[in-house]
Amino acid sequence: MKTIQLTGLALFIAGFTLFIVSFFIPSYKVTEGVVGSLVEESKQSSLLESAGDIINKDYASNISLIGDLNRLFEEINKTQLAKYSISDEEKAEIQKVNFSTGKFSLSSLDQIFSGENQIEAFKKKAFNDYGGWMDDREYESEQELMNHINNVTDNIQKYGIISQFGFDKYQSKYLKYAIVKEASQGSINNNSILWILLTYGLCIVGGIAYLLPNKTLDGPAGIKNNGIFKNAMSNRGWLGILTGTFLIVFYILLYFYPEYMTAWIITVDPISQFLKGSDAGRFFLYGFMYTLAILVMGVRMLIKYRHSKYQVARTFSVMFFQTAFAFLIPEILLRLNQPYFDFKNIWPLDYDFFFENELNTLVQSGGLGIFMLGWGLGLIALGVPIFVYFFGKRWYCSWVCGCGGLAETLGDPYRQLSDKSLKAWKIERWSIHGVLVFAVVMTIGVLYTYWTGSSQLFGVVDTYQMRSVYGAWIGAGFAGVVGTGFYPFMGNRVWCRFGCPLAAYLGIVQKFKSRFRITTNGGQCISCGNCSTYCEMGIDVRWYAQRGQNIIRSSCVGCGVCSSVCPRGVLNLENRDEDGRFNQPILLGNDSFKVSN
Amino acid sequence: MQHTVIIGNGIAGITAARHIRKLSDNKITVISGETDHFFSRTALMYIYMGHMKFEHTKPYEDWFWSKNKIDLMKEWVSSIDFDGKSIAFKNGSSLTYDQLILATGSQSNFFGWPGQDLEGVQGLYSYQDLELMEANTKDVKNAVILGGGLIGVEMAEMLHSRGIHVTYLIREAHFWGNMLPKEEGTLIDNHLAEHGIDLRAETELDEILDDGNGRVKGIKTKDGKIIDCQFVGLTVGVHPNIDLVKDSKVETDRGILVDENLQTNVPDVYAIGDCAQLKNPPPTRRPIEAVWYVGRMMGETVAHSITGNKTKYQPGVWFNSAKFFDIEYHNYGTVLPECPEGCSEFYWECHDKKKCIKVIYETNSLKVKGVNLFGIRNRHEVWDQWLSQGKELDYIIENLPEANFDPEFFTHWEGEIQEKFNNEFPDRSVSVRKKGFLEKIFA
Repeated sequence: MKTIQLTGLALFIAGFTLFIVSFFIPSYKVTEGVVGSLVEESKQSSLLESAGDIINKDYASNISLIGDLNRLFEEINKTQLAKYSISDEEKAEIQKVNFSTGKFSLSSLDQIFSGENQIEAFKKKAFNDYGGWMDDREYESEQELMNHINNVTDNIQKYGIISQFGFDKYQSKYLKYAIVKEASQGSINNNSILWILLTYGLCIVGGIAYLLPNKTLDGPAGIKNNGIFKNAMSNRGWLGILTGTFLIVFYILLYFYPEYMTAWIITVDPISQFLKGSDAGRFFLYGFMYTLAILVMGVRMLIKYRHSKYQVARTFSVMFFQTAFAFLIPEILLRLNQPYFDFKNIWPLDYDFFFENELNTLVQSGGLGIFMLGWGLGLIALGVPIFVYFFGKRWYCSWVCGCGGLAETLGDPYRQLSDKSLKAWKIERWSIHGVLVFAVVMTIGVLYTYWTGSSQLFGVVDTYQMRSVYGAWIGAGFAGVVGTGFYPFMGNRVWCRFGCPLAAYLGIVQKFKSRFRITTNGGQCISCGNCSTYCEMGIDVRWYAQRGQNIIRSSCVGCGVCSSVCPRGVLNLENRDEDGRFNQPILLGNDSFKVSN
Repeated sequence: MQHTVIIGNGIAGITAARHIRKLSDNKITVISGETDHFFSRTALMYIYMGHMKFEHTKPYEDWFWSKNKIDLMKEWVSSIDFDGKSIAFKNGSSLTYDQLILATGSQSNFFGWPGQDLEGVQGLYSYQDLELMEANTKDVKNAVILGGGLIGVEMAEMLHSRGIHVTYLIREAHFWGNMLPKEEGTLIDNHLAEHGIDLRAETELDEILDDGNGRVKGIKTKDGKIIDCQFVGLTVGVHPNIDLVKDSKVETDRGILVDENLQTNVPDVYAIGDCAQLKNPPPTRRPIEAVWYVGRMMGETVAHSITGNKTKYQPGVWFNSAKFFDIEYHNYGTVLPECPEGCSEFYWECHDKKKCIKVIYETNSLKVKGVNLFGIRNRHEVWDQWLSQGKELDYIIENLPEANFDPEFFTHWEGEIQEKFNNEFPDRSVSVRKKGFLEKIFA
């Protein structure tokens, strides 16, 4: 058994090492064909002109290629700006001509940009487009006029020239990723199935071989937390730091620099082809790895808590919902030309549910799309309150949710690292409700723009700006980089505890209108602290238990581990009559007087 | 303002301090030489096993004490002048009090075995014992534990968690023979064996052997067997720690003698918890009850007397709990190792030999006296009511599902228990719990 386990560990380490190695395997060559297939025709010539030394060059690493591409786009943008920008002399002339009449007139541009060539024509049209608001405006000072002219020409540079002749932020981002992926060559492209076996295959086989023997090696079924605070992985030791660093880097690449991870994405192309009939994107890779992590670590969970039917049922549930609802069904929907839809994701965790492109896709997709829209709205308005009333927020957070699923499987070895202090609780309440408010305001802005077409909410806030800030800082930064990357440092529920706006919403219902509670069993508590230590949400469970008080906290996700680790059978998750839920804290056993604590 | 001084920061002393603070604005000082802050003594084992760190065993954060104006002193007391109401410390300083609460806890028993002072031989009670055990068990392969009680089995689990082979000597025929009836004890014996603990029943220690350097190298049993080991755990019970008052005017027996108000023979001096011995214990209760819950209840009670509201210590229905490796134990009411005269027992054991229930009842009236539960959690509140109302066996068996406190989805055994009852008591048969829809599917 021990041998199987060690072999498993070796296989897993080999698979993981190969996964890291595969990052560096491909070489890259950008051909004219690649550019031709990815870049719109109008920009191809300017790109090929400047890209002479990149085309057909052999790159050994993506890092130097991406560096060259960055320089290329920068250079093209600079050249095009120089070529199409309205010069200082031209600006001075515009000012002079118009100030003399005391009033700005767009027709004055005709005499300044009189040339017939394409450049002059562009400048005239651009000033007309971006400076229309200046027409007929009266100017008292030359300075004021100049300021407005500068304002217009700045906008032309920023939005006009770059997007028309150069490559703006979004386009260059996309092109970098697409070019690097297309330019990739070598064994990963040619033998991706082999690489799937060498990386994921070895990791899965090794992981399972490492985990399964615990069923006998661990001894009889029961709580097995031996050595957790002496282990380098589970007690912020070097292994934990290494794991956290890997996760953080992975998430930063995934969300902000996907052009670097094309080798990993290409590896899973065959799986993506099989499932949805097209190549993988970064979020296919992510979904695939995420599901594997939940399944393999779910097996660990099933073995570790095999004595508890509650934990077993709950683990099967998160494994099922991740595999079917989050991963397979949406991909199959795409294959059937239906909108991508995760039936168990709920706004505001699913923060782009109300984005106009999402709404439009659903509305335009016929009956199924409308059903999805109704389903999503139903979950928000009815599903959450009704299910939380009957079962507590656990029905979602620790039985269905994908973030919760990862936390309860991959994250289980880190649950004891959450901060239990009163101070942490105070920060948590500000932080999670702050994100909820942000999500609601952002969504109001999005809907306002959807219905009115105006991008300015209350005349001051740019709704597009707001959603991109939310997406980058909350959706990617908080939920992804911090939410998972900090598992080995702050426990497995950092996002759920401090950030998730849906958890905040579920929690408010759980606190004020629910049958769910953790019941404390009379006076049996011995204050040992196992419950608090192993609470992933950082609830000081013992504080209540030792007072004989039921635990009713908005943050409790109902994982049931406090009840599992309690050595005296003191805690039990229950859905019972609302009366007596907030019990008077009374410790049984002492008849000397009424002991209220 | 009255100054209440408490010696001992365990559950008894700290509970007293907290409740005095709730009831009064007395100045409160808690003295302990053991640790700076209150920790859960019952959790020491989990620190050794790596389930928790010491900080996790502290039920209150460190700011709690100053916020609640409870002064903490980390000092060892050397003597007490009861006439001058003054406490002298080992460092030479002193402190005066208006009321004194002695909550000094227990000490491990050592019965004078040859070799009991060797290096590698120890009991387990205090935080210092834990540190000693950490040092003593470094590189140890084999250990011997003596004494079939709660601390012994905890020590076995601790050592086992580090891969140390444990030979476990008990004087009785089965585990915890002075508290558990035979069936329950045997059930735990089997479970210990399942974990690879080498349990030797009816075996007594003759002497502990010296390796020539003052360290233990093995033990010899009374029947002449030699067992090699590098560590010996002596866990043959504890006795009240009365060193401070033994030769003073405070009356002592095995413990510090107290009346029903938990007061000693000296005015304004009280004793609570493990160190206290009740002069007139309530019926069915023992004069010294060295368990966590009693310490807590005495602390709650004494706070009322200290703050001017003389209150008698009246414990309710006895209850206790423990965990033996993976098997949890709940006890409500009185269950003695031998079924008392005039009483009978109802026993059910699960086929996996890891769960059982024993109910003791008066043979004629069927009135239930107490219950032992292994591997099944039951509600304290429900049993407290049943026992204090003197419910009869058939009523309790019929309503057993109401007392169940196992987590959701766990198998319910009440149906089987009720069927067994109906077989034994055909004329008082009760309705049998039916399985729910989900239960049938997942059974």
